[in-house]
Amino acid sequence: MTTTRGFRVFRFSRESGPSRFDVFEAEVEPTSTVLDALRWIRIHRDPSLAIRHSCLHASCGTCGVRVNGREGLACVTRLADLDPGRVTVEPMANFPVMTDLVVDMTSFADRFPAPHPATRTSDVPSSAEMPDGIDAYERFEDCIECGLCLSACPVVATDDTYVGPAALAYAQRMLEEPRGADVGPILRWADADNAAWRCHAAFECTEACPSNVRPAQRIMQLRRTLTSGGDGS
Amino acid sequence: MSRRDDDLDVIRSAREARGPVLRKSPGATAWFDVRGRGTGHWAFSLNRFTALGLTFYLYLHLAVLSMLLGGESAWHGFLELATTPVFLGLDVLLLFGLLFHGLNGLRVALIGTGIAVDHQKALFWSLMIIGAILLLGATLHIVGSG
Repeated sequence: MTTTRGFRVFRFSRESGPSRFDVFEAEVEPTSTVLDALRWIRIHRDPSLAIRHSCLHASCGTCGVRVNGREGLACVTRLADLDPGRVTVEPMANFPVMTDLVVDMTSFADRFPAPHPATRTSDVPSSAEMPDGIDAYERFEDCIECGLCLSACPVVATDDTYVGPAALAYAQRMLEEPRGADVGPILRWADADNAAWRCHAAFECTEACPSNVRPAQRIMQLRRTLTSGGDGS
Repeated sequence: MSRRDDDLDVIRSAREARGPVLRKSPGATAWFDVRGRGTGHWAFSLNRFTALGLTFYLYLHLAVLSMLLGGESAWHGFLELATTPVFLGLDVLLLFGLLFHGLNGLRVALIGTGIAVDHQKALFWSLMIIGAILLLGATLHIVGSG
C-alpha cells in the first residue's frame, strides 16, 4: 500500500551558496527505506538532489547519512522503524560536505598515516586481472568504510586530529591477527595522544556501526594491550 | 608516491576546482546533543558537564577561601550564608558532580583495562546505583546538619 511521507532534506551546492533544508512529500511503501524515498524524490521531484549509493544492501558503505539525527545506511534504514512524522535526512557529521548528502570521504583515509599501517592488500585469485593498471586493492576487514563511526563520535566533532574509531579498530584487528606483520609501528602509532588515548568511551561508534566491527570495544582492547606492553595477540 | 596517492591528488584537484566544501561539524554541541543517543553518550555528556562544573567550582572555592584574608568576621558572615537551604542544595549538586565524574571515570578506567568491556552499560548503571545510594546518604547528612 503506497502512502505519502514528508521529508526534510539537507541541501548544499558549492555553486549556489548557503545550505538549507528542502521539504518533500514522497510516495513510500511499507517496506521502503530512506534510500528508496530519496531515489523517489530524485526521480519524481528534484533530479538535482545528490545522493551517493551503490549496492543497496549494506555492503558498499556509500550511503551513510544522518536520519533524524542518528547515523545509518540509507539503504537499510526502514522508514517504518522511524518515529512517525517528517523524516530529516542530513549528510554525515564531521565530514566536509561536497553537495547535498554527499560528503568528502578522503578525510576518512587521511586519518591514517601514509603509508597506511593498518590496511593490507586484499587477497585476489592469481588468475584475476586488476582493472586499469591498479596493482592491488586495499581495504579494511569487516569495516565497510562507511564513516558512520566518525560521524557519531563526539570527540571527532571537536578534535579533527583524532584518528577516530575506524582506524583504531583496524589497528587492533591487525594486532589480533598480524599474519607476520611487524606490529611495532602499529603500537607506536596507536599510542599517540590523538589515537587510542583520545577516545572518551562514548561507544557511539559501536552503536552506529552497521557492520558489527564494534570499534569502541576494540579501542578498549587496544588500550589494554598498550598498558600491558603486549603485542595484542 | 603510490597509485592511491596519485588518485587522491586527482580527486582533490577536481574537487577544489568547484569551490570550497561545506565544513559542517556540530562542534562542542555534539558533546551535549544526546537526542536518540545511547547510554555511553549520556555518560560522556554528563562527564563533560560535570567536568566543566567542577572546574568552575575549583576556582569558586579558591575565591571563597580568599575571604579568609578579610578576617574572622568576613569568614563567619560567609559561613552563615553557606548554611542556608540554597547553599546546602548546591552542596548536594556538587556531590552529584563529584560522584558522577569519579564513578564514570572508574568505568572508563575499568573498560580501558579490558574489564567488563562487553558489559559497559551494566557497569555504568551499577556504578550509578552505588552513586545514588552514596548521594542519598550524603544528602540526608547535609540536610540533617543544616
